[in-house]
Amino acid sequence: MTIRVHVTDREGQLHELDAEPGWTLMEVIREAGLPIEAACGGCCACATCHVYVDEDWLGRLAEPSEEEQAMLDEAFEVRDNSRLACQIRLDESLSGIRVTLAPEF
Amino acid sequence: MKPQDPIRTDMVIVGAGPVGLFAVFEAGLLGLSCHLVDNLDRPGGQCAELYPDKPIYDIPAVPVCTGQELVDRLLEQIRPFEPVFHFRQMAERLERTGEGHWRLTTSAGTVLEAPVVVIAAGAGCFVPRRLPLPEAERFEGRSLFYAVRRRADFAGRRILVAGGGDSALDWLLTLEPEAEEIALVHRRDQFRAAPDSVARMRELVDAGRARLIVGQIRALEGEDGELRAVRIRTKEGEIVHPCDRLLAFYGLKMELGPIAGWGLELHEGLIRVDTEAFETNLPGVFAIGDICWYPGKLKLILSGFHEGALMAQKAFRYCRPDEKLVFRYTTSSSELHKRLGVRS
Ligand SMILES: Cc1cc2nc3c(=O)[nH]c(=O)nc-3n(C[C@H](O)[C@H](O)[C@H](O)COP(=O)(O)OP(=O)(O)OC[C@H]3O[C@@H](n4cnc5c(N)ncnc54)[C@H](O)[C@@H]3O)c2cc1C
Ligand code: FES
Repeated sequence: MTIRVHVTDREGQLHELDAEPGWTLMEVIREAGLPIEAACGGCCACATCHVYVDEDWLGRLAEPSEEEQAMLDEAFEVRDNSRLACQIRLDESLSGIRVTLAPEF
Repeated sequence: MKPQDPIRTDMVIVGAGPVGLFAVFEAGLLGLSCHLVDNLDRPGGQCAELYPDKPIYDIPAVPVCTGQELVDRLLEQIRPFEPVFHFRQMAERLERTGEGHWRLTTSAGTVLEAPVVVIAAGAGCFVPRRLPLPEAERFEGRSLFYAVRRRADFAGRRILVAGGGDSALDWLLTLEPEAEEIALVHRRDQFRAAPDSVARMRELVDAGRARLIVGQIRALEGEDGELRAVRIRTKEGEIVHPCDRLLAFYGLKMELGPIAGWGLELHEGLIRVDTEAFETNLPGVFAIGDICWYPGKLKLILSGFHEGALMAQKAFRYCRPDEKLVFRYTTSSSELHKRLGVRS
């Protein structure tokens, strides 16, 4: 079964992407060619894969680790629903998840 | 700064990341000596700066080591070749000399001359992340700073420090005695700085000598580059915090920097090289590691090591045009043992 991911880009355009289980959200977004810098390649070391997770989905994700929180400290426009996309590993239970790309900096 | 007398060497390496370090080894085996320039204050590039404690699993014959361990081992491996490091300076200018060598000038005024320049600049220089607000530029260098260059800029001022790491807390503690007023703004009431600094910050806050604001910067206010106040979004709503100096620490990012203006052929911000010698369009200027591009390039430490080995072969021809290069193994060559300082 493929996993459906809905991503709103910085222009407000909605993209529906398909993912394989085990991929991270950042990888799905990057492979689709959407503008996510992901400078560190998913090592939780850059904060350039910052996304806002739709409130309905936020509670279904595992809590961010202290490492992820520490990286979010270096991001900008951080909100309560901010997450680093490389730290969200997708499985079937997350099919349908909605996220928005945070501003680039 | 006044230019100094040029230092002459065989190879100038821009960038002391893992790939620049290993290039010293490959060059050293061929009898070439190296000077390295890096704008950080220590060797190791991304491994030391971004992930010193994270494990790496794909270095051949090293099942696992951390970023910092890799750097330490490379330093040990290249020690016999006595590389000279020029830290805290950015390679700024590259030009051809009359005798067909290259002259590299750094931001500290160091001038290096060599037949070969190797660019191992990774993803570029680590530079502080700027505040991504459109008005930030107007204040930068006047009342908004990303580092403390001159303490005098801050004495007697109403300072706002932004960030939750060691730089932010260290500067808060250092500048507090000489500030008119000081405050810290951070997005949450948890800090990744050293526990001791956090405890000292909290003492200052409890004693009323510093203010802690949990929130995020939204906008800057002021005229002619002089900050008057910073708007901060907090859980309780937006506040206006009066201050005339902002010192923001949002980590580091990487930028190609001055290298972009050296006349090198680029491919999407990376330097195009051939895959025989990893030479650029400028003869005698090579690029290896994350900064170089060729079809099939992988940004792996492993690939950078290989690129360094092949680069050194051609670099030798520029440095020792009259000598013949003999292929030798480190296992058996007494010549190489001598260079490595081992007894055969
Ligand atoms: C979190 C993370 C995990 C990683 N894990 C792995 C892994 O498991 N395996 C692997 O193979 N790779 C891994 N990588 C990639 C690996 O770190 C890079 O491939 C490697 O660091 C590249 O080395 P380099 O020497 O080319 O460049 P860098 O390590 O980027 O070093 C370049 C140096 O050049 C300096 N510099 C640049 N421009 C200038 C200038 N103009 N003047 C002066 N100095 C300058 C910079 O300050 C820097 O110190 C990882 C990367 C990250 C971020
Ligand atoms: S890609 Fe760097 S933190 Fe996610």
